[in-house]
Amino acid sequence: MTVIKIIDYKAGNAPSVMHAVTHLGLQAEFARSADDLAGASHIILPGVGSAKATMDSLEEMQIITTLERLVLQEKIPFLGICVGLQILFEHSEEGDQKCLGWLKGNVKRFDNARVRVPQMGWNEVRFTDDTESGYFYYVNSYHAIAAESTDIWATSDYGEKFTAAVKRDNIFAVQFHTEKSGEAGLTLLRRFLSC
Amino acid sequence: MLTRRLIACFDIANGRVTKAVQFQDNIDVAPADVLASEMYRAQIDELIFYDIYASPEKRQTDIETVKKVAARVFIPFTVGGGVRDLNDMYEVLKAGAEKISVDSAAVRNPEIIRDGAKAFGSQCVVLSTQVKRDPDVGRFPSGYQVYIDGARKAAGLDAIEWLKRGEALGAGEICLNSIDNDGTLNGYDIPLMKKAEAAVRVPLIASGGAGKPEHLADVFSQTQTQAAIISSMLYSPRLKKNYTPKELKEYLSEKGVAIRLFV
Repeated sequence: MTVIKIIDYKAGNAPSVMHAVTHLGLQAEFARSADDLAGASHIILPGVGSAKATMDSLEEMQIITTLERLVLQEKIPFLGICVGLQILFEHSEEGDQKCLGWLKGNVKRFDNARVRVPQMGWNEVRFTDDTESGYFYYVNSYHAIAAESTDIWATSDYGEKFTAAVKRDNIFAVQFHTEKSGEAGLTLLRRFLSC
Repeated sequence: MLTRRLIACFDIANGRVTKAVQFQDNIDVAPADVLASEMYRAQIDELIFYDIYASPEKRQTDIETVKKVAARVFIPFTVGGGVRDLNDMYEVLKAGAEKISVDSAAVRNPEIIRDGAKAFGSQCVVLSTQVKRDPDVGRFPSGYQVYIDGARKAAGLDAIEWLKRGEALGAGEICLNSIDNDGTLNGYDIPLMKKAEAAVRVPLIASGGAGKPEHLADVFSQTQTQAAIISSMLYSPRLKKNYTPKELKEYLSEKGVAIRLFV
């Protein structure tokens, strides 16, 4: 049975993700504590705002230990979105923040001398597998540099080539806002929720 | 490659879209969520809603309409009008909007930009500004002055200086509306956009004056402006010819503008 949990913290945009899941004809619940994650078949970590605010919120909710058990040990399918991708890496330049470290690599700012920061708008995303490439909506000043190339699921260009999405076992994460990327984004979300 | 964006702008009164010419003479068009959904299906990139009576009536933004829209469109949208403090911003974001637009409220209290950026991130805060040409270059070196309260009241600020200040305070995007061009259907104020892009590094949105597809091609080919606002062209009952976003994008794509287009 599909039991979708969307982690809802103060700075996140969990309601937008909920709208998208509902539109797909599925039901989801907000998770605001470690207990709320019990019984999850899929976990989504939405993200807006900074890596620091997100890590602070997760720590305040005391949810990290349970999340790590469910995702890293029990291998429950997990989808991180935007900052929800960035905090999976070891470190973010944004506020010199230590992150979860589930994936090797770190998070750096776009080069303001070359491009306007934040990157805001629809950019082409090229996947490394048979997922259909297309335009997805981004709002980000920072991007991840995955240390292990096998983790990279998709790339885009913004003054430089950057990691658009990562995939490792049951862990999926996208730098773009899949919940706000029109039909392409909804298709990707549906695909995650059916795995 | 990051594409240019077409943003549909809706002026909302009582949950319905209205259309005005130079801030006056509103006529009713359609329920906001219905028109938003239609534009979404026709490939618009983004939406902006202005609750035009929220400020004059000194009430909060119409949250119910924001929620209805959020349930039907899966592209980013911005809400403005009646947003005066952090709590108003929080309500709008929790209702499903991505960004909040601040305009007159930011001129009265610039700290709202900093507070909003700090609480929710710069990407959530759009500084929208109404500007008008002003020959008094002693007071307004850029040749443009900022106006507030539905473009009725001169704010005494130089437009470009105000944008720089807004960026420094943490605005993540700037929407620049030309009062002179608004509703004229004669094209965007390109000299204004050129001045703005030289002064700030955040993404810019051009607003005011779009009447035909060529105007979009002009602003995108002659400036770095990342996004352009269209409204009359899409749905004004006053115009004989309305365009769908897809038609406009096909035209822009033929003109070599990088745009999101799918079959």
